[in-house]
Order: sequence, then structure tokens, then C-alpha cells
Amino acid sequence: MTLEFLVASAIGVLVAGGIYLSLRARTFQVVLGLTLFSYAVNLFLFASGRLTIDRPPILQKGVTDYADPLPQALVLTAIVITFGMTALAVVLSLRSFLETGSDQVDGNECAGDQDDCSDVTAEPHG
Amino acid sequence: MSAASHLAIAPIVIPALAAPIALLVMRRRRWLGVGIGFASCLAMLAAALILLVAAGDGTIRTYELGEWPAPFGIVLVVDRLSAIMLTLAASLSLIALTHAVITRADRKGWHFHSLFQFQMMGLNGAFLTGDLFNLFVFFEVLLIASYGLMLHGQGPARLKAGVQYVIVNIVGSSLFLIALGLLYALTGTLNMADMGLRVAAIAPDDQSLLRVAALLLSSVFALKAAIVPLHLWLPRTYAVSSPAVAALFAIMTKVGVYAMIRVIPQVFGDDAGAAAWVPAPYLLPAAIVTAIVGFAGVFVARELSEQAAYAVIGSTGTLMIAVAGWQQDTLGAAIYYLVHSTFAGAALFLVADIVARRRASYADRAVPGPMFQQRQLLALLFMGAAIAATGLPPLSGFIGKLLILRSVTDVAGWGWAWGAILGTTLIGVIGFARTGSAIFWKEAEASAGYQPPPVSSADLTAPIMALALLAGLSAGAGPVTDYGTAAAEQVLDRAATARAVLGGR
Repeated sequence: MTLEFLVASAIGVLVAGGIYLSLRARTFQVVLGLTLFSYAVNLFLFASGRLTIDRPPILQKGVTDYADPLPQALVLTAIVITFGMTALAVVLSLRSFLETGSDQVDGNECAGDQDDCSDVTAEPHG
Repeated sequence: MSAASHLAIAPIVIPALAAPIALLVMRRRRWLGVGIGFASCLAMLAAALILLVAAGDGTIRTYELGEWPAPFGIVLVVDRLSAIMLTLAASLSLIALTHAVITRADRKGWHFHSLFQFQMMGLNGAFLTGDLFNLFVFFEVLLIASYGLMLHGQGPARLKAGVQYVIVNIVGSSLFLIALGLLYALTGTLNMADMGLRVAAIAPDDQSLLRVAALLLSSVFALKAAIVPLHLWLPRTYAVSSPAVAALFAIMTKVGVYAMIRVIPQVFGDDAGAAAWVPAPYLLPAAIVTAIVGFAGVFVARELSEQAAYAVIGSTGTLMIAVAGWQQDTLGAAIYYLVHSTFAGAALFLVADIVARRRASYADRAVPGPMFQQRQLLALLFMGAAIAATGLPPLSGFIGKLLILRSVTDVAGWGWAWGAILGTTLIGVIGFARTGSAIFWKEAEASAGYQPPPVSSADLTAPIMALALLAGLSAGAGPVTDYGTAAAEQVLDRAATARAVLGGR
């Protein structure tokens, strides 16, 4: 198995899981989904500078092959931003749950026959 | 570098300094924090106006951060379009801030003024930057500040809408990053002008990836601009935000439109091979549907704030119909209508608020209520805002729509565009007439214990400011459209921008 295949399939699996979870009805799953999705995006950004092994990312004498340093800087920025956004999403979901008494993204309490709605009443409230 | 050349970065630096200072002084002396907020907005307006006059001669000024030469460093680009957007943002911020302070919306929670300034920093940065990743960063700055502003004052409804707004935008930002990663992998640059030159030389095998990147990037901008089918986040978010904030948010959808006008011709223009104008064929149908959905929402909305939110969607649709022509006169008309529709949207939110403040429990719902303070004056203001939003004479919306109708006649499918614009105008007029007559003409018996709240007339200031600007925009339509058309010419002239940004390289 090549490195490319490994990285590409990892990104693919993360994106698939992230999108599936992001489309769920409850905020906890959505936050997890967003986290997975942002991991995938960070990996993808990192790979956009091509996959290289054992190459220096900075200028050195006598070295002609470099790892592209720019995506690493971009990933750093992206990680900081997505980490902050995830923290905000967590706090907001918690606050929304405490204030509205519902952890559904659309704010509706257990509408219809959703299977993951069954234990809403059993949720500890403080 | 002389002091004057540093002016280009002033619209970013001023709010970046004002925000933390306001944060520090707010706890001890409220009025000082408020004063800093106003001073910053005025300074931004002054800087924007100087840049507007300077950009009028047609030169494209660049500002290289840390004097790192483009394309290696981040570069700010001031051309006519950027200058227009900066001026628009600064004027709108003054109106929104005035309303927030007068209605005391800024006292409902902590840090309103800091968040407001950071929001301005993000907006101004997005309008100035010539670097695609930097655009992403400034998008994030303005989004993060907008989360804070949107949730300002809190309450269950706002939190509920806030969760959705944040989630939608995090997904949007992730998609933005994927598009950026693709573009960087293909071109090896993030500078927009440089990227525009390099897409021409992309290997045939990679053309499909380039098309994916182009469409992904356009989808992200369409999400920010709330174009159908990516508009669903907007109505609830804007309707529950505090009105001063919603008035400022009127420019947020325009940031998405601006990003499209900036990036698509520059990067995916004529020379981009298989990716040339890839997003273009999808934009006109999407814009037409957006206009219809928006004004249909205006027609069925049951609250003035909800109606204003749908009017923002509808006006973005009308705007995109013009943008989707991608010719000099359609873009020129679009830029004029962009300025107009931002103020018109803001005026609607502000009028909805001053009505709601006087009607106590009836709020801004379109149901007859008891007589309230200054009803005739408010009815006049509402009529003004509604006329502006639907595009009837004498306000600038009429001129804007006329310009769009005239310019799109040589675009394929212009019949649909005409039908959509004229039809939605009619639907919009009926919608506003319906809510207006329910609130201002009919009168219901006051229920027992109903006490109309005493409200000072000071809160009329901000809506009157917005309407006065709209009147000014129609009086000065000649110079503004000339400037807009010249800005459109500059945007479409990719070679000139590339020369200005990259110098002799």
C-alpha cells in the first residue's frame, strides 16, 4: 500500500464520517461530525503540498529537494481556527441545551419517529 | 514607504486597535467605550473616502505586508471596487452603531463594541486582500465576530438559530479550505493575481480538479451570499438577531457576492482553459430562483423582521442576476444595486425594530394592534424602506433595477431575468402593502392591561440616516454608476490587476 493511498483513504473515511454525523439531528453528534470533517480538511491541506518523506522544509546548503513549507503554515492556521470554532460550537450547543431544554439542532423536541429521540426525557438536567 | 501609502491598511488597523481598547475601557467608563466605537467608525469612513477618491483615477494601489514582494507575501489591493465596498461598510457601520447605542441594544450583554469592531475588521480585510488564503482568514474573523454579535442579548430563539448558523458556517469554511488546498496544489500560489496567470498553464490531466475547485469555491461564496439552494440559514438567523446587528449583517451576504465578483473573473476568467467561467452557467438560474424565493418570502412573512430577512435574499438574487452577466455594464449595474440593496435591507430591519418598540406585545407581527406613538411618521418610514427594497421610484432601487434590466438584454436568457425581476417586484410590492396596511391602517381594540410603552423619538435617527443615504444614492446616481462601471471595467481587466500586483515579475 502506498503512502498516497493511505492518506487519501484516511481523508475519504474522515469526510464520509464527518458528513454523516454532521447531518444527524442532535448537537453532540453534529459537533463530533464537524471535528472529523475538520481533521479531514487539515490532512487534505497538508497533502496539498505533495507527500514527501525525509525532506527539510527550510533552506539548507547542499539540499535541492524540499518539503513545501507553506501548507504546513496553512494547516497551522486552519487548526487554530477550527479548534476555536469547535470549542465555540460545543459551548453554544451546551448553552442552547440548558436554555431550551432540547439538544436537537432544529430545536424541536423529539419530532415524529426519530430513533435517537427515545432517551431525551431521561436526559439529566443539571 | 510614505505615510500616505500606509493608508491602504488603515481600514484593518483602525478597528483592530479600537476593539481591544474598547474592551479595556468598557468596564470602567461605558461612554468612553462607546466613544471609541464611534471614533473608529468615523475614522474608517474617512480612510475609506480618501481611498475612494484616490482609486477614482484608475490606478490599482497595492500594499505589501512586511514588504514581502507578491506573490510570496500577503498583498492588499485597493482598486475602485474595494474602495466602494470599504465606504459602504463604514457608512453602514455608523448607522448600525447609532441604532445599537440609541436603542441600548449594546447594553444587553458584554463586549458588543469590541465584537462590532472585529466584525468591521473582518469585513474591511475581506474587501482589501488580494490573497486567497488571507480572504479565508478574514472571512473567519468576520464570521467569529458575527457569531458573537448574533448571539448578543441571548434568549432561547437566538441560541437555537445561533447553533444552526455556526454549524452551517463551519461546514462552509471547511469547504473553503478544501477548495483552497486544491487550488494551491494545482497552481502553487495563493495570490489571486498570480493564480490567474498560472491556471492557464495547468496540465490537461489536472483540469478536472481545477473545475472542482472552481465550483467548490463558488459554492462557498454562494453559501455566504445566501443564494438558493444555500439560503436556508439566513431568514431565521437575521430575523432573531438584534435589529442593529441585523442591519449590519445586511452587508454580510454582499461579502459573498463581492468575493465572486473578485475571484471568478480574476482566477477562472477567459484564460483558465477548461475551468474558464465554470461557475457561470449555474449562477443565472440560481439567481433567478433566489429572487423568486426571496420575494415570495416577503409575500408570506408574518413579521416585519422576517420580511426584511427575505427581502435581503430577494435583493441578493436580483443582484446576482446582474452579476451572472459577467460583462462590464451588467457588473456596473450590479455594483450600483449592491450599494443600494445593502442600505435598503438595513433600513427595513431598523424600521421593523422601531415599530416593534412601540407596539409592546404586538411587536412587529403583521396583525392590527392598538394605536401607537408616531404611527403616521413610522408608516412613512416603512413606506420609504419598502419602496427602496422593492425598487419603486423615487428611491435608488428603481434606478438600480432599471440599470440591471437595460444591461442584461445581451445576456443569454435575458427574458427569464426580466420576468423574474419584474415579477418579483410586483410580489414584493403586494407583500409590503399587505403587512404595512395590517400594521399602520387597521386598528384593533386594546386588550385589557395593554400599556403602550413610552419611547423617545431618538430611535428614529438610524432609519432616517439609512433612508437619507438611499435618497442621496438616487440623487447622485450619475456619478455613482460611472464609478461602478469603471470599477467593473477594472475587475474584468485581469492583466492590469496582475501587472499592478506582481509588478514586473
